[in-house]
Amino acid sequence: MFEAIARRLMLTLARLLTGVRGVWSQPPPDSPCVYFGNHASHADFVLIWTVLSARQRASTRPVAGADYWNKGIVRRFIGHRVVRGVLIERDAARRTIDPVAQMGAVLAAGESLILFPEGTRNLTDELLLPFKSGLYHLAKAHPKVCFIPAWIDNLHRVLPKGEILPIPLLCTVHLGGPIQVANGEEKDQFLARARAALLAQRPAHGDDVPANEGE
Amino acid sequence: MNTTTQLFTGVFAVLLFASSIAWSLRFWIAKGRPHSVIDNLVDRINAWWVMVGLVALAFAFGKTGVIILFGLLSLLALREFVTLTYTRRSDYLALAMVFYVALPMQYALIWIEWYGLYSIFIPVYGFLFLPIITALRADTTRFLGRIAQVQWALMLAVFCLSHVPALVTLSIPGFEGREILLIAFLVIVVQSSDVLQYIWGKLLGKHKVAPSLSPSKTWEGLVGGVLSATALGAGLWWITPFTPLQAAGIAFAINLMGFFGGLVMSAIKRDHGVKDWGHLIAGHGGVLDRLDSVIFSAPIFFHIVRYGFTP
Repeated sequence: MFEAIARRLMLTLARLLTGVRGVWSQPPPDSPCVYFGNHASHADFVLIWTVLSARQRASTRPVAGADYWNKGIVRRFIGHRVVRGVLIERDAARRTIDPVAQMGAVLAAGESLILFPEGTRNLTDELLLPFKSGLYHLAKAHPKVCFIPAWIDNLHRVLPKGEILPIPLLCTVHLGGPIQVANGEEKDQFLARARAALLAQRPAHGDDVPANEGE
Repeated sequence: MNTTTQLFTGVFAVLLFASSIAWSLRFWIAKGRPHSVIDNLVDRINAWWVMVGLVALAFAFGKTGVIILFGLLSLLALREFVTLTYTRRSDYLALAMVFYVALPMQYALIWIEWYGLYSIFIPVYGFLFLPIITALRADTTRFLGRIAQVQWALMLAVFCLSHVPALVTLSIPGFEGREILLIAFLVIVVQSSDVLQYIWGKLLGKHKVAPSLSPSKTWEGLVGGVLSATALGAGLWWITPFTPLQAAGIAFAINLMGFFGGLVMSAIKRDHGVKDWGHLIAGHGGVLDRLDSVIFSAPIFFHIVRYGFTP
């Protein structure tokens, strides 16, 4: 019961603060799918949740770092019970469970995933960090599953790194058409294509710095 | 029935009339099928019901009600404006101050009716201290542009807009206890001017005023809208401390300010490559799309009343 209240509170707060709006380039699929987004804040997956229907939300689980969410009783409660995170070991040298198998099991059970292929929060001035290879391995292992790019716009300004008090700013989530691994597509090729598909969802900002100014 | 009740009865009657026209258009012209102009009209009128309802609710709670209502509108308008601006991580503190200190402080000063401070708090203290806070973070990339946009946001969304509820703090001899009607006069006249410009423009509009700024603003709409809203303002003299002639002159001034406000705000939207400030109000866009004319006319109206009608 507490987790249901906490979940509702989290969604309401995110909606009030950001007035979030989902912009779908095509209707969301009915079958389990993987939403992959840009990662700039801890609340990223909440924003993707807010643009899903209640039914979809109930069967969509965020993938998150076990090292972060297993630390301390509060984080454990939130990570496991409130958001039902699929907690993966990020450190390849120390892990005992294969994250791709872990995520695959969730898809096989008929649930969707929210994944941040940058692997960590992007705190740089770059729009998007290079993708980790997990996305490719997951897509290769599940060729029928739709991978949907979800660009979360503006949230990094709401809660910059290390700050506690959020600034109310309007956010949008732009969801693109699904992509899948093509026949014979190499890892780097697919990751570059997925990254480009996500960047393509980013809306133009009136005051974007032209590329040659090199920010 | 007191003046306020009469006024709101009148406004609701106008809305009922507008809704019945929109529904008959939907029935006779669109024949129940989707029709972009008529559907947008229905959305707009439905949003008006909600907006008038909220204002009526605020009026029921008097001064506190309107201060809370416009404080919340300032918050929404500020959020829309800042969303479109370019800020960096080093602007965090300045933005936090704007949202969590300057905005509540401005409305608190109005609530305690400290005119001497609320009339300079943002234009002087906000103006000087925001760049100081930002400069301390030593991030000089596009510094002036960043800070100027935050200052603009604060001036328009908070300082100018707060002059609407500030009207209730004016004491006009022989008008005591009815100051809230000044808000009704300002809002009804300026918003009607927007609506009438839209209607005149749709009916007769041919020659565009500023095609590169706003495709929907025409000379026919402007002249027809401003003149008819000025006539409406004159007709509302009985809710104000003004004579009919004064009411007409004041309505004309605030209608012109409102029109130019819309023009300036369109220029900013154009510059940012967006059509609307937000999506909160179906058919209208954002809060700023609805309030741009009020923001530009409120301080002028406030000063006219304060210097012309209070001792």
